[in-house]
Amino acid sequence: MTGGTTKGGARRVRRLRGSVPVPLLLPALIGLAFLVLPLVALLVRTPWSSLPEQLTSAEVWEALRLSLVCATLATVVSLVLGVPLAWLLARVEFPGRGLVRAVVTLPLVLPPVVGGVALLMALGRNGVVGRLLDDWFGLTLPFTTAGVVIAEAFVAMPFLVISVEGTLRAADPRYEEAATTLGASRFTAFRRVTLPLIAPGVAAGAVLAWARALGEFGATITFAGNFPGRTQTMPLAVYLALQSDPAAAISLSLVLLAVSVAVLAGLRDRWMTAS
Amino acid sequence: MMRSVRLVAGAGAAALLVTLSACSSSDEGSPSGSSAKLSGTVTVFAAASLKESFTTLGKRFEEAHPGTKVTFNFGGSDSLAASITGGAPADVFASASPSTMAIVTDAGDASGTPATFVRNQLEIATLPGNPDGIASLKDLTKSGLKVVLCDKEVPCGAATQKALEAGDLKLTPVSYEQDVKAALTKVELNEADAAVVYRTDVKAAGDKVEGVDFPESADAVNDYPIALLKDAPNADTAKAFVELVRSAEGQKVLTGAGFLKP
Repeated sequence: MTGGTTKGGARRVRRLRGSVPVPLLLPALIGLAFLVLPLVALLVRTPWSSLPEQLTSAEVWEALRLSLVCATLATVVSLVLGVPLAWLLARVEFPGRGLVRAVVTLPLVLPPVVGGVALLMALGRNGVVGRLLDDWFGLTLPFTTAGVVIAEAFVAMPFLVISVEGTLRAADPRYEEAATTLGASRFTAFRRVTLPLIAPGVAAGAVLAWARALGEFGATITFAGNFPGRTQTMPLAVYLALQSDPAAAISLSLVLLAVSVAVLAGLRDRWMTAS
Repeated sequence: MMRSVRLVAGAGAAALLVTLSACSSSDEGSPSGSSAKLSGTVTVFAAASLKESFTTLGKRFEEAHPGTKVTFNFGGSDSLAASITGGAPADVFASASPSTMAIVTDAGDASGTPATFVRNQLEIATLPGNPDGIASLKDLTKSGLKVVLCDKEVPCGAATQKALEAGDLKLTPVSYEQDVKAALTKVELNEADAAVVYRTDVKAAGDKVEGVDFPESADAVNDYPIALLKDAPNADTAKAFVELVRSAEGQKVLTGAGFLKP
């Protein structure tokens, strides 16, 4: 960095110094290195020669397919339930709204394992609601793919709600009001006016929720268990592989990293900056 | 050097035995001259299934040797072995299977040969009262029964697979749990109808589950080896602790918890 060899290099450094103060630049670069270094280390330690055979096993593809399917379904659940919830929080005055907002964001800070335990207590075979589901419909959620989707949605939905609520607050409510004065019902106004208005925010929230659901581990292994093809998602496969075969764990991690990067990079320019 | 260390440790072990036999009659009358050599903290890395019994033994050791302290790191044998080969400062390693101990001995981190000090047998854990009437390993293959097993990657799962092969049985569980305690918990919570776990875990769970023995478990007995580590920071006292584990008194505590004699 110091003592640029070429004139152009020196000028570039000087211009950088002029615009970014060192007390900001230095921690920023350390921060960047801190976030990137573990990922680089993963690439360095990847057993490239045995990678093809590690990744062509049926179990890996099953786990990856399940991860993608469940994360997508969890995002759909989050959209269907989360967007109306965000609208309620942003547009309707009701007593205890602050408390409801706090509860909605709780899964963000809650350790996922705690979320898994809470889900077991609520929806497990012996749970508060789960017991009724079992008695009335013979329906049990733990150890099923539906259980994975529920665990992922529980952890991921707050990301969507927060994102959409923020966009709604930024959007001008007068468009909706104008639509209702012109005779549209409040639901029609939401559907035809509000929703198109906040589409970028919804998309950004959906991407965040999807990425969070894809990486979900604690709540899934606690609530849905671990069975290949049914509840074993990629993060679970990585964790269990690490017990006996670190090379396999590294290879699996690499796949998950690649998928996450590809999706976030692909969608970021299109949606995230629009919000 | 090595010989002198062994001599000192041997003396310490002898002192321990004397102290243990004497401690019931008179504490102050213990041979303070030799037991004074034992001091400081012993760090023991031990398999999670040893938690209850080793905690008891640690307390007894501290009582018999004032001034010593035994600290434990309980966890999955695999991850403990990885920590030790990675340079974790430990004095003693007690693992749940010879193969995990081999990770440590192969890396040259053990001092001397590991000794098998107990064995553990599998048992079926069912809901209290055994409502599904499970009487054998074969009963677990009944359809409609929710069974959880340990994952094949961890020692209890490997043992379970051995037992299933011995019985020529094919069993599809609802989940492969990440360790033996997780499998047991699913039964305790009534989320699963049965799990294959260690006999010691069933015993430790008290009346929250019911244990069912099955003959195939005889083909899948886990040996638990214990070893003094080469870079032990407190080798003399650590050796005395290993002696306590292997002594008649230690065996009594361990068999009381459901372990089998080696």
